[in-house]
Amino acid sequence: MPKDQGLISWKELAPGMYILEPGNSKKFKTGDWRAFRPVLDKDKCIKCGMCYILCPDICYQQDQDGFFICNLFYCKGCGICAANCPKKAITMVLEEE
Amino acid sequence: MTKKFAKEVSIAVAEAVAQCKVDVISAYPITPQTHIVEHLAELVNNGELDAEYIPVESEHAAMSACIGAAATGARTFTSTSAQGLLLMYETLFIASGMRLPIVMALVNRSVSAPISIWNDHSDVMSMRDAGWIHFFAENGQQAVDLIYHAYKVAEKTLLPVAVNIDGFILSHVVEPVTFLDQNLLDKYLPPLKIKYKLDPKNPITIGAIGVPEIYTEAKKAQDEALKASYKIILQAWKDFEKLTGRKYLPVETYQMEDAEVAIVIMGSLAENAMNAVDILRAKGKKVGVVRIRLWRPFPTKDFLKAIGKVKTLCVVDRAVSHGATGGPVGIEVRSALYQSNKRPRVLNLIAGLSGRDVTKEDFVEIFEKTFETLTKKPTTPYEIYGVKE
Ligand code: SF4
Ligand code: SF4
Repeated sequence: MPKDQGLISWKELAPGMYILEPGNSKKFKTGDWRAFRPVLDKDKCIKCGMCYILCPDICYQQDQDGFFICNLFYCKGCGICAANCPKKAITMVLEEE
Repeated sequence: MTKKFAKEVSIAVAEAVAQCKVDVISAYPITPQTHIVEHLAELVNNGELDAEYIPVESEHAAMSACIGAAATGARTFTSTSAQGLLLMYETLFIASGMRLPIVMALVNRSVSAPISIWNDHSDVMSMRDAGWIHFFAENGQQAVDLIYHAYKVAEKTLLPVAVNIDGFILSHVVEPVTFLDQNLLDKYLPPLKIKYKLDPKNPITIGAIGVPEIYTEAKKAQDEALKASYKIILQAWKDFEKLTGRKYLPVETYQMEDAEVAIVIMGSLAENAMNAVDILRAKGKKVGVVRIRLWRPFPTKDFLKAIGKVKTLCVVDRAVSHGATGGPVGIEVRSALYQSNKRPRVLNLIAGLSGRDVTKEDFVEIFEKTFETLTKKPTTPYEIYGVKE
């Protein structure tokens, strides 16, 4: 037997693999696709929100102090935030490090 | 007594579709299918059919429109042929994968190149593996009846159904046709009610991504649904027989009880083959015909039963499967035989390409050729019949 890689039994799928629960993509962890993780240097950050606007996965949320913090459950590590930060406050760090 | 009408088969098919009270028709004209959708457009335009007719810029769009409409729970219809089907190709798999009960009249025509508008089965064979249910009609009455069955089956199985009708040979001939009484049809085919559909009040996602962790399971479920459709098809045909007395079977036979050799064929040429059987039976030859009505899901058991104890099967294909071990039906038949202990010889001929006539006299000759294999094994896995050397 090959290793069981299935997420769910075929018998339990709705016809046509329909997803019957609206908004369940929130539960889908895309964070494990990541090779590099964005790391914020708060000393350089000017809280401009460019990272928040440009992140394709809408990972960033503002904390009480006004900093934009990335949710690593969803962050795929694309690096768009780091590339567009005007203050170079975000560094992409290899996950293994 | 139900009234018989003399109708061009295309027009009869369109009227049967209208009788099924479709909600949405989307199609692009292509020979030899055009008369069907033209007539439907006329019926909608004249206010005789309360449906949305979506004229589109291509067959890809036609099937896409049907997919969108079917996803909202509408009863849909489209029709195409050859190049049109190929332009639709991508969306055919989406219709079946998303389990949408779309019905298509596929008016079979050769695929280019060379350019041809005439009949063979090269178009339908290209979508053999697309997950659709396939019926093959032999005459006008069957074409009409199979449209009724197609909706019944599609909506019970949540799978798309193609009714295959030979281009010109069938689509453009005038035949006597009986329509099902509207009241009876309304009972046979109640309004479509689909449990899961696109509805703003109850949002669901359809057509989601199938990551490696789930694609296999989705395909398994789809495959099982197609297999399970077999019983639903049988039931739909039984119910129809009760209403009309007209009997449909996945594999139908002609003079097979004691046949020594038989022709296996799909579509309208089966009628010529049956005429050839009459000629040869009158001379005491034990010949028969096996006609595959249900191509997908392939009815292996019915097929194996239908062939009885024949010594040679001559599979007459209407399409070339380039580089394969036979024509598409020939390959299927050999594979089905391997699942049983029956080992008749198989002669596989590819005939009637691009509307080339295969007359009853040709079928007599084909039977004679088949008899020769009783003493001499066929030397090639398949051959193209009637080709000028
Ligand atoms: S883009 Fe850079 S400077 Fe602007 S909020 Fe994000 S981390 Fe801070
Ligand atoms: S790396 Fe990409 S996904 Fe992750 S937070 Fe930055 S922009 Fe978003």
